[in-house]
Amino acid sequence: MTDNILLEASGLTRVYGANRAASNINIRLKKGEILGLLGPNGAGKSTTMKMLAGVLAPSEGSVTINGISVADDPKGAKKSLGYLPEQPPVYPELTVDEYLRYCAGLHGVARSARAEAVLRAKQACGLTEMSKRLIGNLSKGYQQRCGIAQAIIHRPAVVILDEPTVGLDPIQILEIRKLIKELGVDHSVILSSHILPEIQAVCARVMIIHRGRLVYSEPLAAAGTEGFKTVLAGFTAPPSADALAKLPGVARVEPLPRQHFRIHIVEGQDPRAAIAAAASAGGWGLVELHAQVRTLEEIFVELTSRDSAAEPVKEAA
Amino acid sequence: MLTTLTVARTEARRIFVSPLAWAVLAVVQAILGIVFLQLLLEYAQNPRGQDQYTGIADYVGSGLYGFATIVLLLIMPILTMRLFAEERKTGSLTLLLSSPVSLIQIVMGKFLGLSVFFFATIILLAAMPLVLMTGTDLDVGRIAAGLFGLTLLMMALGAAGLFVSTLTKEPTIAAVGSFGLLLVFWMMQIMGTQHGVLGDIFGYLALVSHFENLRHGVFSSADVIYYLLFTGLFLWLAVLRLDSERS
Repeated sequence: MTDNILLEASGLTRVYGANRAASNINIRLKKGEILGLLGPNGAGKSTTMKMLAGVLAPSEGSVTINGISVADDPKGAKKSLGYLPEQPPVYPELTVDEYLRYCAGLHGVARSARAEAVLRAKQACGLTEMSKRLIGNLSKGYQQRCGIAQAIIHRPAVVILDEPTVGLDPIQILEIRKLIKELGVDHSVILSSHILPEIQAVCARVMIIHRGRLVYSEPLAAAGTEGFKTVLAGFTAPPSADALAKLPGVARVEPLPRQHFRIHIVEGQDPRAAIAAAASAGGWGLVELHAQVRTLEEIFVELTSRDSAAEPVKEAA
Repeated sequence: MLTTLTVARTEARRIFVSPLAWAVLAVVQAILGIVFLQLLLEYAQNPRGQDQYTGIADYVGSGLYGFATIVLLLIMPILTMRLFAEERKTGSLTLLLSSPVSLIQIVMGKFLGLSVFFFATIILLAAMPLVLMTGTDLDVGRIAAGLFGLTLLMMALGAAGLFVSTLTKEPTIAAVGSFGLLLVFWMMQIMGTQHGVLGDIFGYLALVSHFENLRHGVFSSADVIYYLLFTGLFLWLAVLRLDSERS
């Protein structure tokens, strides 16, 4: 086990009766990494996170936190873990201070260090002003902050946040994002969301879960700058598709409505200059020409709206 | 052990910051106050009532504590229903399950927190007969035995209620369920009147029959062990139930 990997999950599977909520999910989280877990509603994000947090036992597979197996030594492994479930696990009849002091005790923070831990968590989550308020009287956003404060109060190596910005106003969302980025410096964070810009804003790596399966796992940088595979071109006096296909760097031409073409390129080449030159020479009336970069959103939509009939191949593998 | 106490302290705090515990204590005290007064007046009007061996500690003390068992049967499900059912409903149970705390520590912590309420009840129940000390000689031993029995009985009722609370996420269903369970153990005393082995078994299992000795000042270790086993069994069942929920 390399000391760089703080959380490792292999072959995580969870079966509810006939329903496979999660199937063969592998996750490796390095120190100081923020990993985004994306997926449509009901894709299995929360189930996966519950298994990572040791709240739900996986039907198959194993989770290791900080080198300690959750199944063999749950207490030891959970010491390095902070977890915010979908619903913030707060007690409405306690004050913020009472609640956080309790959480510090539960997570094994030494009695003498508790006051400081509570103070630090409150500062990090912007709760200082609410210390003496009953949690039940706070707004959803502040309750959510209490939940996040609870997850980081013991400075765990791994922080798992299940939809941390749900129910927050836009300002609070920005603040929480900033907080998560700060956490990512000395903790490793797993974050789930179905809000794409959020993942784009804070995560270094993205995993997309669809129907309980991991369908995408790449560094986020790849989604924006991996280059492009298609070029979109529009003409007022369009040439034949064959004429376009003969240009250098063009692999295949796909006619689109309204005199547009999607031009698939040969890997690693850029035919845009050639298209422009040919258009001016042939008088095609070029009105639009741009490379189609795959955004996270496109990747997400493509992967999650894919017909499930195409998937048995993967299942057999 | 420290973690257990942390859980217990917060549980006790949560019980006593909610108006429920105070309302229950007030109602219990009002009802038992009426019973106490009634018994006292009866004894005063007919001091040589039953026989020469029955003193005021016997008549008032054991009468009061006998009635208290019924009141406790009624209130205990209301107190225990929240323990796990409500936590599951609001999602705060996850906090305990994702913390480095074992299930045994969680269950013991909750139970210890609940027992703070037992002590509050015991203090109220002790105060009433003890005021008689100002005017008469009181057999404190008998009163103490009765209170000790009531503590054991509350532990047993509480443990059973705690277990039922782990079964559901609706506090009201937990209350109805534990009331039903406790009533079954109560009714075993009636079934115990049947002749034969079955009657003997039911008679032995009945929840209150073991209290009768203590109420009359007889300390029998068999009765004490019965209550401790009853309590331990249901706490253990609660641990098993929470463990099975994870997988």
